[in-house]
Parts: sequence; structure tokens; C-alpha cells
Amino acid sequence: MAQKLPAKDVVIVGLGWTGSILSYELADAGLDVIAIERGPWRDTATSFPISYAQDELRYRIQHDMFLRPAQMTVTFRNKPSETALPVRHLGAFMLGNGVGGGGLHWNAETWRFLPSDFVLRSHLTERYGANFLPADMTVQDWGITWDEIEPHYDTFEYLCGTSGTAGNLKGKIQDGGNPFEGARSRPYPTPAQKQPFSHTLYAKAARELGYKPFPQPSGNLSQPYTNPLGVTLGQCTYCGYCEWFGCANYSKASPQTTILPALLRKPNFEARTECEVTRINLDRSGKRATGVTFVDTSGNEFEQPADLVILCAFQLFNVQLLLMSGIGQPYDPNTGQGQIGRNFTHQTMSGVIGFFDKDKFNFNPFVASGAIGMCIDEFNGDNFDHGPLGFVGGGYLGQVQTNGRPIETTPLPPGTPAWGAKWKQALRDNYLSAVTATSGVHGSMYSYRDNYFDLDPTYKDRFGRPLLRMTMDFHDNELKMSAYLTDKFAEIVQKMGAKQVVKHVRKGPYDVTQYQTSHLCGGAIMGGDPKSSAINKYLQSWDVPNLFVQGATAFPQNAGYNPTGTVGALAYWSAAAIRSQYLKNPGPLVHA
Amino acid sequence: MALCIAPALARAATIKGGLPWFPGAGDPPTPVRPGPWLFFTADEAAAVEALVDRLIPADELTPGGKDVGCAVFIDRQLAGPQGRYEARYMSGPFQTGTKQQGDQSPLTASQHYRQALAALDRACRDKYGDKAFAQLADAQKDQVITGLEKGSFKLDGAESSEFFKLLLKDTQNGFFADPIYGANKDMAAWKMIGFPGTHYDYRDWVERHNQRVTLPTVSMTSHPDWSQ
Repeated sequence: MAQKLPAKDVVIVGLGWTGSILSYELADAGLDVIAIERGPWRDTATSFPISYAQDELRYRIQHDMFLRPAQMTVTFRNKPSETALPVRHLGAFMLGNGVGGGGLHWNAETWRFLPSDFVLRSHLTERYGANFLPADMTVQDWGITWDEIEPHYDTFEYLCGTSGTAGNLKGKIQDGGNPFEGARSRPYPTPAQKQPFSHTLYAKAARELGYKPFPQPSGNLSQPYTNPLGVTLGQCTYCGYCEWFGCANYSKASPQTTILPALLRKPNFEARTECEVTRINLDRSGKRATGVTFVDTSGNEFEQPADLVILCAFQLFNVQLLLMSGIGQPYDPNTGQGQIGRNFTHQTMSGVIGFFDKDKFNFNPFVASGAIGMCIDEFNGDNFDHGPLGFVGGGYLGQVQTNGRPIETTPLPPGTPAWGAKWKQALRDNYLSAVTATSGVHGSMYSYRDNYFDLDPTYKDRFGRPLLRMTMDFHDNELKMSAYLTDKFAEIVQKMGAKQVVKHVRKGPYDVTQYQTSHLCGGAIMGGDPKSSAINKYLQSWDVPNLFVQGATAFPQNAGYNPTGTVGALAYWSAAAIRSQYLKNPGPLVHA
Repeated sequence: MALCIAPALARAATIKGGLPWFPGAGDPPTPVRPGPWLFFTADEAAAVEALVDRLIPADELTPGGKDVGCAVFIDRQLAGPQGRYEARYMSGPFQTGTKQQGDQSPLTASQHYRQALAALDRACRDKYGDKAFAQLADAQKDQVITGLEKGSFKLDGAESSEFFKLLLKDTQNGFFADPIYGANKDMAAWKMIGFPGTHYDYRDWVERHNQRVTLPTVSMTSHPDWSQ
């Protein structure tokens, strides 16, 4: 029997980026807020201090900061006709665990999507005609416009201190920035990071080919920065331990380095860690959430009543909680009906390795940060004419030297033996003089009728609850797009002066063992129509108006950028709507 | 390898009123100490030392896999939570899936090594006149390893190419991991490729383009300026 706890105004499920943002904004509005987090408390000084943060084996190879599948995982299959099997060991994506969530282990590439990305179906249909899209592609408009979301991108960037060069300031194109970006209201809060050798060489080659390279927007800061909450971040030291790691320098934007110190000072906020929410409770009408049920690590069950429930777990687990709580209609791929589980997307990653003459080139791959880089955006979104190409979508092409960690990043020319003396010689001869850009092509993944989530009929978690089942495969459109972009990227790396360029083209089927970013999207998407979306433009559940669902769960499809900038912007957009509209008049913010 | 599992049991932390801070709190890795094998039997250890010494042969670049500590590394890993696959989802039913669905074996890493190493010595004794793997000549060892890699050297009760992948990955992980875990002695692997180790600050180097970094190689527990 669950022990019932005193009621709160707001319960937040998960204390990563969106949970921290919503907790701060709603506590700031005077509400009594509790955040419930499955994993442990984590802070810089204790969890990843400078004395042992740089441990590749522990954090990168053995996944020390990630959710252990023994605790919770998903099942996977490519096609509805197959039997899904459990992901026993994380591979294609990493799942954060603990306070900070994915915001601790990300590279901090802090992009905005393109204005056209938010109205994708309308835009593509208008430009190319409805028949240009594959019949089973289910891309949708988001229900918001660029002008609505832009101020909230700005807020998130000024929270993080993002380092970058503006490309479009209030409609005026700026030298050195991304000329394709949507108009921004302010420059980046801090200037772009310094760039190592391979980046300047890439930018030079790109310019020679007629492109307009610009520095990648980075949450690893070029200089110290104090954000509007009064929290100060340090300068990035180019240590090369970003993604998969916590930052020991306080220089990577994360909930820990931007929000939590200010949030914890609020007397009306409380975090409860090592507690796993198992369901959202509804009243008899099924139209109102009464709070959540959670278990602690001893298996004791508690009920936390609250007037407002905000789901801020990782994308997969938001979807799982909705399905397990009976909220909304589960998606059926046969009929295309139902909202919960639809439009599941990831990224389409590819790239190249460039091998250079070791007597002429030394790239020091370990002088790195997760989000430095020089990129071009000529082949992203609909920045180029897809008409003659027969596909839609795109991505940025970037040389992003994230690390030279030697277990992971030891590029070897094709044909090198996997062991023995020749293997050692090839390691020595290529480590410093190769450009490992196997993720240099950051491709979009659009949504399809048969890529979706439901609950697995066989496999259970440790409490006997069904695991979430993912059904996912690459479609021809994405593979064509990826091949085209990989060729363009290879031309640039060739132009840098490589003696050999080896393409790592993305091929199907989707493989759950091959890392492809942790950018899982969709499953409870936002939109203008309750038939084809789970939440409205303010991320409010159509079915249960005192429930909001944050995060990339809301993306109707994924663009050719890293998602966290958009996740942060949506969180601020949703929080602003709750503060300015919902609290005054609790109920549906959009009437369908 | 310190996994943060045990301290979390049986309590939920409530955090309120300020950032929690405890003097001396931390979760550093436990250094591997020399000493007896913790997982391997004497026969298993002899085989693994011989295997890692062919996967990473001694030459002018580095000492061999045995002398840099790869067998010790694997032994300590297999004796701990990594060997027991404590973090993996290990509930059934177990069934073979597609390659894209990943490893579905019910065996833990330590069970896999135990079965495969016993089968390796049996197969070598059958084929090479009652000699265990460790007793073979280098050329014969390389023949066996090549056969494991290709799956053509069969092991009774274990999939040879799967075992080869596991062994190679573990050997190379140890070779390039911080020496605190028992291999990469004297940072030999890092020095071989020109990785300066666990420095945490390259601000002075980021714009020194096309120049070899001249900092001394360091690890989590060693620095040329520190006394041991």
C-alpha cells in the first residue's frame, strides 16, 4: 500500500535539463515544487572532480554515469513483424541517470533549428508538392512559429552562456556566422571558442569550395560567464572529455553549472533522488492527474499528490510513463490512429576519416572540446533545392574534434590488421595525423508510420512492468540524404589535403549496437490537432490538462541538428505559458 | 572499478535548502594492486598471458601485452562487477535475434572466459600434440588466434569469433586505459601514439597549430614531478 505524502503544487518527474528549468520557473512563480529523480544526486566536486574525471575506461567504455539496463531498458526490433529483444547493454544511444540527466554527459553542441523546421510539412508541401514526400512519411508541423520560439532559444543560450558567432542578427546577415540561421534577437552571450588546427584547415577548404563555414555554437565556454540566475561558469580548457563525461571545470553548461545552485536556494523547492516514478495517477474522470506514484530504492511505494504534473524524464521514459498510466490513445501503426508512441525518430549520422601525411600534419586530436568545431549549413534542412535530388532533409557538415581518447579514437586505414605488430605500427603512424570525423555529417531523421513505440508483451523491468518496445528502421529517404551529404563532406576533407579519405556511410538496417548520438525524439509529439498529437503547442496534454510533457518527446520529427537547444527553448516556452496563462486559469490552453 | 550501486541502496535522499556537500566525499576508482590472480586459475592465466602477448607483441614500440599488464587488467575486471555483467539486463527469455539487436547471450563475461579458455586449451592439446595454448611456438599461437578471429578454429562450447572479439576488446581497453586499472604500465601505450594522458588543460596548445605537444605524459596517479 502506497504511503500518501503531503500534497504539493507541482511534481516534476526527472531532474535533468527540462526538470531543472521547469522547477526553477515554477518555484520562482511561488509554487511549492518537488522534483523526483530516479538516479543519484551528482555534483562536480564529488562525482567527476578533476582528479578522476578524465577516466575513459570508467565513463566512456563502462558507462559509469548512465542508466544501467539492469535497472531499466527498452526492447528493440527493426520491423513490426520481428520479435523485439531487450537492449541488454546500451549501444545506439546513451541514457542519462541522476540529477543533470543528459545535460551532464552531452557534448554541449547548442544549436537552433531552422524556422522552416517548425512548419516542415507545410513548407515542403508548398515548395515541392504533396506527392514529393514518401507516402509513409508522417512529418508534421509543430504548431509553433519561429517568432514564438526565438525568445526562448535566447533565454536558454543566455542561461548556458553559449559561445558562438551570430549569423543573422535581427534579419541582418553577419560575417563569420551561419547565414542560414533564423533571425536572432541578440548575439551569443560569449564569443566562439578557439579552434584547433583541423578546424581551421576544414574551414579554409570549405571556403575554397564556396561554402560559408562558421564556428559551432558551444556550451563549452570560451570565457568565464555569469548567467542571469547569478551562477558562474568557468572557461573551457580543451581537455577532450565532454560527451560521456561530467565536466570537472564547471565550463560545460549543465543543470549543475547553470541552474541547480540557484534552484536549491529556493525554500519552496525540494529534490528527492533515487526514487523512480512508476505511474501518473488520474482521478475517476481520467481527465485530471492527481499526482504520481514512486518507489524508493528499498521498494517502498509512495504517492505524491500534486495539482500540476510535469513529465521531464528522458524521451523514452516520458512515453513509457504515458503508456503505463493509460493517458491518451496508444498509437497503432496499422491504422495510423492514436497519439502515444507515434513519430519516433533519431539521427542519421555518417562521416569520414581523413588520413594525412604524418610528416606534414599533426592535429593533436586530444586538444578538443565536445562542441568546438567549424561547420557548414548549406546542406541542412531545406537550405538547398531537394527537387532534383529525390529526398528531403539534411544536416550540418562539421569538423568537430571532440576527443583523442585512445580507446575510442584510434583511426586505422582500411586493411590494417586488428592486432599484432602491424596494428601497433599503424596506430603510431596515424593517431596524430588523422581527422576522425565519423560523425561529421549530422543528418536529420524524419518520421514514418512504422517507426514507433508501444509496450513490450514479454520483457519486464524489475517491478514486473512492461519495457517500452521500440520499432525502428532507416528508410530510403534518410539513406539517400546521408549518402549525398557524406559525399559533399568527403570533398571538403579531401580538399584539406588528406592522402586518403575513407567514407563511413550510414547503411540500414538501424542497429541498436552502433552509437548514433543520444538524440531520440518523438513518441508524444506536439501539434495543432489532438488526433495526430499528444500535446498542444504549449506541451500540455490534450487529454489531461494539468499534465505537461517536456523534452524531445515533443518533436514531430528530428532536424539535422543536435536537439538540446530546442529542448531548452521549448521548456522555457512551456514554462512561460504555464506562468502567464495556466496558473491564472488552470485548464486547456488550446481548445481543440 | 567502483560502480556507484551499493551506497544507493535502501535510501532516498531529500535535497533541500542548498547544495549538499560533505567533506572528503568522492567516488574515485580503486587502484589495481599486484598480487595473486583474483579470477583466473593458473592454467587460465597462463593462456591469457600468452594470448595478450601475441595480440600486443613486444617490439621497439612497447613491451608485450603480458608485461604491460593486460592479463592482470582482464583478471581484475572479470573478478568485479564488469565480469558479472551487473549493469546488464540479464532477464529472460533469452533468444537469438538479428545482429542489429545486439548481444543476447545469457553468459556473463566471466562465464564466457571460463568456458572459452578451457575449450581453447582442449582444442590446442588435440591439435598440437598435447600442448596447451601457452606452450605453443609463437607462429602456432598466431595461427590459432587467426583461426579464432575468423571463426575457423572451433571451440567446444563457445563461439570462437565471439570470444576473440571479447578478448581483443578487453586487451586493447586495458592497453589504452589509465594505468590505475593494471595495464598500460608506464603509460607505454599512450607514449607509443603520442597521447599525453590525463592533462586537463590544453588552453596553451589549442592555437599552436601543427605543433607536437611537448608536455610530459601523465596519468591519474603518476606525474614525473610526483614522488611515488
